Amino acid sequence: MAKHHITTTINGEEAEYLCEPQETLLDVLRDQVGLTGTKEGCSSGDCGACSVMLDGRLVCSCLVLGVEAGGKSVETIEGMADGEDLHPLQQKFLEEAALQCGFCTPGVLIAAKALLDTNNNPTETEVRYWLAGNLCRCTGYDKIIRAVMDTAADMRGA
Amino acid sequence: MNEQPKQFKWVGTRAIRPDGVDKVTGRAMYGADLSLPGMVEGKVVRSPHAHARIISIDTSKAEALNGVTAVITAADMPVADSKPVASGEAMINFKDLANNVLAREKALYEGQAVAAVAAKTADIAEQAAALIVVNYEVLPHVIDVMEAIKEDAPVLHDDMFTGGVKPKPEKASNVANRVEFALGDADAGFAAADLVIERQFTTEPVHQGYIEPHAVVADMNPDGKVDVFCSSQGHFMVRAFCSQLLHIEMSKIKVTAAEIGGGFGGKTTVYLEPLAIMLSRKSGRPVRMTMSREEVFRGSGATSGAAMTIKMGATKDGKITGAYAELYLQAGAFPGSPVGPAAMTAFAPYDLANVKVVGFDVVSNRQKVVAYRAPGAPISEYGVESVVDELASELGIDPIEIRSMNGAKEGTQAAYGVKFGTIGFQETLDAAKATEHFKTPLGPNQGRGVASGFWFNIGGESCAGIRINEDGSISLTEGSPDIGGSRASMALMAAETLGVDYNKIKPSVVDTDATGYHFVTGGSRVTFATGMAVVEASKAAIDELRARAAQIWDVDVEGVVWEDGHAKPASTNVGDFEPMSLAELAKVANKTGGPISGHADINAKGAGPAFGTHICDVEVDPDTGHVTVLRYTAVQDAGRAIHPGYVEGQIQGGAVQGIGWALNEEYIYDENGCLENAGFLDYRVPVASDLPMIDAIIVEVPNPTHPFGVRGVGEVPIIPPLAAVSNAVAAATGVRFNRLPLSPPTILAGIAAKK
Repeated sequence: MAKHHITTTINGEEAEYLCEPQETLLDVLRDQVGLTGTKEGCSSGDCGACSVMLDGRLVCSCLVLGVEAGGKSVETIEGMADGEDLHPLQQKFLEEAALQCGFCTPGVLIAAKALLDTNNNPTETEVRYWLAGNLCRCTGYDKIIRAVMDTAADMRGA
Repeated sequence: MNEQPKQFKWVGTRAIRPDGVDKVTGRAMYGADLSLPGMVEGKVVRSPHAHARIISIDTSKAEALNGVTAVITAADMPVADSKPVASGEAMINFKDLANNVLAREKALYEGQAVAAVAAKTADIAEQAAALIVVNYEVLPHVIDVMEAIKEDAPVLHDDMFTGGVKPKPEKASNVANRVEFALGDADAGFAAADLVIERQFTTEPVHQGYIEPHAVVADMNPDGKVDVFCSSQGHFMVRAFCSQLLHIEMSKIKVTAAEIGGGFGGKTTVYLEPLAIMLSRKSGRPVRMTMSREEVFRGSGATSGAAMTIKMGATKDGKITGAYAELYLQAGAFPGSPVGPAAMTAFAPYDLANVKVVGFDVVSNRQKVVAYRAPGAPISEYGVESVVDELASELGIDPIEIRSMNGAKEGTQAAYGVKFGTIGFQETLDAAKATEHFKTPLGPNQGRGVASGFWFNIGGESCAGIRINEDGSISLTEGSPDIGGSRASMALMAAETLGVDYNKIKPSVVDTDATGYHFVTGGSRVTFATGMAVVEASKAAIDELRARAAQIWDVDVEGVVWEDGHAKPASTNVGDFEPMSLAELAKVANKTGGPISGHADINAKGAGPAFGTHICDVEVDPDTGHVTVLRYTAVQDAGRAIHPGYVEGQIQGGAVQGIGWALNEEYIYDENGCLENAGFLDYRVPVASDLPMIDAIIVEVPNPTHPFGVRGVGEVPIIPPLAAVSNAVAAATGVRFNRLPLSPPTILAGIAAKK
């Protein structure tokens, strides 16, 4: 089967890859581009571990084809920190022990950032519903929700 | 009891975990994240039948497919003897394990592996898997535990005769084993009671639900050496099991622990690892294998569904006089349900004179159950805590009060054999009673439930190495896969013991060539046992540091003490020497005998049993049957919280897994014994919008055998929620359901029946 040559932007840098038409963006990111921070938990859009931003929209990369990213902009967990400077959410997750095994963390952080980018004063209920598509089996969500709300409070205060 | 220092500098702080930045930036390497040059992808062929004889397997078409590098079936695997072999603390029957990894004569559950292929791409591997023709003779199957014990039930193993009964049965059955624990005379206890309550309960099978599917990369060299990189709760377990199954010497297998994306007990065995090694041997290439989510649900993990009878009697002032439990737990396709611990823990929270517990380990056509957080205890204690609640309510006694009156304390003889030492059950009850939560009034359709839980916790083998580097920084090595922040706990305990800055210590979970045998990350043992090894290794390093200072000062080593990270003269009699810091001693180590280190290889004893008490408020919608958890408080005795943030995290996460077990989660089978909900959409684990905050309250009753007082933490919190939730639902609805999960149809039917 002929592969498609795709040109796209990943974490602000131009990128290109060859992919089969049926390959998902998740597989492309992990296997072709070498960005394994985006995780596969279910491949059916139910767990959110593969969350990335596609042209500013939060998506499950397992439900997007690699070819669909052509000409678009993809943001993954690898692009969240600015060099050595962690994003405030990343820093807060560490300070508040909001991760245990860390497997869902990249997807949760991407989704939480998408929320705070549009709403820096979410209620607890808003955070809970926004993150309802990101399964975490370790934390019971308590510390995740608190870390997101505390980050929002810091960002408002800054 | 150990003399506890008044204040700790590092222990008890909320330090940033050493592996944290890797995990929030996507750098951390989990099981599926490794790629090796020339690597091929493996895929498993699984049985579509719940119970079937394998007549033949034709792999020729798959082998002929372009890009396929290897195909294996059970014929490629050594035949294992059917006898239990000690492996760590567990007894493993390697014939069963071999059959579970790759079915030989019969497929005993839908999803059991029957063959595997490796190919250049995952797509080709999948195509090849579809070309493997397995000819099955479908046999009658049985899933439910009470169906499986019936006389006419399909028998899974015609050579299995119930153990633990005399005389040995003449007929093979699905009852693998019977266990019994007794203390005093239960019947006499019931005779002395004013109120006896006997209830039957059922719980459904549930999956651990780790978000990371099983994944492995294996690379076998032509000389027989194997490198394995995989996500597991114990890379030494992986080495031991693969060595036994494939007849490869342990020294030839090096297993590197990938970061692990959750386990909860479900990653304490092997599935893909031996297959990947066999495929690598056959194809001469590194092989990567990952399970899909569907494979995880069908072919891995899961714990028992159960049926049980619980009978308890009490005097009218609330003293429990007798207790009896009869437990039936699904083992899955091979013997080994957690009925033992279920039976042992059932009444362990209580100081009872008359107890009898009987348990049955029952095979049926589901995947072989694997440990799930406090294996067995959530099931049996759910029944017991429900009956305790009903006793309290019938007698008009406060639910915390009845537990306090009857609660186990130091010196209590537990029916399963031990006499408790220092324990903190009462302290959890007192703390629960003192919460504002417990005193807050409830509204209409709302109810409050209380329940407690007990788990043994274990010690076991662990090793640690402290190497003092030339610049005074410290490399800490150990071999317990870090599943939720244990590197931080290890570094905190080392920093406290050595008297150095936490950030000077870099802890690493090293491979099986680089440290000694560790039992799995399980049994709530790592902070206790590996922590104990870390403290002992730190002390050994301190002894060496003192010896070096003594050498420099030309005094006896007894004349040197270690305080705040410095060697100091023990008294002015020793001499007037400036204290030397660890860094100063490290700098001149080459002149005093070479590198400085400390090691400890131990089998930790004296794990501290732990207790928890939870309070749950729910609101039940009478029109839809939906249960909303409004408020939740979980109190637990941690002994000593080395890192309170991660202790709270264990408590909160365990509580929520228990809430899922109580409300949503269940395996649903069709009439052919095939799983109907093998995905996160239909197997519904709790999501963020289902839950309130989980208030975790840590009580500290130090474990006297641990240098800092640590008890295990991880398992207790999953035990109380099952009954706390159902007791709350009973309070809200006036109906005792006595079955889980409390899904909306169950609730609606119960409410309708009451009317």
